[in-house]
Amino acid sequence: MINTRVRSVNLLFVLIMLIVLYFPASASGLEHLATEAMDTAWWFWPTILFFFCLALGVLAVMAGVGGGVLYVPLVSGFFPFHIDFVRGIGLMVALAGALAAGPGLLRRNLANLRLALPVALIASTCSIMGAILGLYLSSLNPDIIQICLGVTIVGIAVLLVFSKNTEKPVVKKQDAVGLALGLGGTYWDDGARESVEWKTHRTPLGLFMFIIVGLLAGVFGLGAGWANVPVLNLLMGVPLKVSVATSKFLLSITDTSAAWIYMNRGCVIPLIGVPSIVGLMMGSLIGVKILAVAKPKMIRYIVIVVLFFAGLKAIDKGLGLGLLG
Amino acid sequence: MNTQKDQVHKPSRDQIIYANLLILGVWLGIVILVITYFIYVTGILSPHVDMSIIPKLWDKGVTQYLEVTHSPHGWGWLSLLGKGDFLNYIGFTLLALMTIGCYLVLFRGYLRQKDWIFSAIALLEIVVLSLAASGIMGSGSH
Repeated sequence: MINTRVRSVNLLFVLIMLIVLYFPASASGLEHLATEAMDTAWWFWPTILFFFCLALGVLAVMAGVGGGVLYVPLVSGFFPFHIDFVRGIGLMVALAGALAAGPGLLRRNLANLRLALPVALIASTCSIMGAILGLYLSSLNPDIIQICLGVTIVGIAVLLVFSKNTEKPVVKKQDAVGLALGLGGTYWDDGARESVEWKTHRTPLGLFMFIIVGLLAGVFGLGAGWANVPVLNLLMGVPLKVSVATSKFLLSITDTSAAWIYMNRGCVIPLIGVPSIVGLMMGSLIGVKILAVAKPKMIRYIVIVVLFFAGLKAIDKGLGLGLLG
Repeated sequence: MNTQKDQVHKPSRDQIIYANLLILGVWLGIVILVITYFIYVTGILSPHVDMSIIPKLWDKGVTQYLEVTHSPHGWGWLSLLGKGDFLNYIGFTLLALMTIGCYLVLFRGYLRQKDWIFSAIALLEIVVLSLAASGIMGSGSH
């Protein structure tokens, strides 16, 4: 019975992967056919986008990555939208996902507010600067952003391959900044049936790293969970569960500030923004249900491959080579 | 064991208020987005930018898009709320304003606890987010 269920889930997952990889690619292939129809058929790409985002939402939850990090490279690579709109909507997508996850994480006391607040202040301030810089660069030449985005996405994929997060890092001595800010706490480990105390080390360096994380989030319109978790966990010594939860909560703050810059600039077009947000939210809800019986490790590997592909596609598009279609 | 777990896991009052506000705001925002999008695409309210024009412009940069469609930037959409497309901005704005509202709750909580460092951090964050939302920074012109 269980095997049948797992098999069906895996089958469903393969189908989702096909949609994610093939749907936009084939849609790009059909672009010339669609061009004529597009004059009147305004619904063509938004409809594809909705179902694409639905699949992306499922995939993002199952792979444990944010929707924004998949949305921006894939949509900018395979859909006909300008990178300005993709980044603005990408931030709204990441923001909506993070806001929806926030209440659960706060109620279960998994997201640590004391840890999140100083980090969020740095990251959100820098994400504003990043957003302004990103919009300036794309006004000069959008290909600059496309190439840099591609390089960043390939870098994220490499980071996902090589970073080995630590469940409970050992922190022998807390630094002065961490101590002054009271960056520490206790959480309940359900697996080990014990409460785990934690504190941070290398806090100044960790806080400095969030300047870069915030800048990247703003420039490329990416949610920055892929960077938050390694910095919190590997650098600052925060346990993995707390890092992941705090990172998700952090996104709701970092992305808000950058999203405002893009929104005020006019980069959020409702016609493509709403299907993206609603599609990804619905996909995430489906993903949570499927997660119970799926094999997240396999999915994670597939997402890494998708990210590599999306990154190379962005570079290819930025350089105008056309090697990847 | 349960008592120990409960003590460890007990979130603060402000944290609960934050979570409740957030869940209410997010789902309200999503519902508003769905409703306003329906009004937009069904043409119940006519849009400011004709939908048939948008596919010809969404591959252009935002500056060109705003110029051609005579669309406002910043908070200019408020004067176009009667248009189907700009009606959707109510939902976007609600989502983007949630964090500021929640931070006000946190700020009040830290003030009550006389936690001056975190009161200052929360206040600074409110200032940063409000500046971003105001449109003063980087909204540009066309």
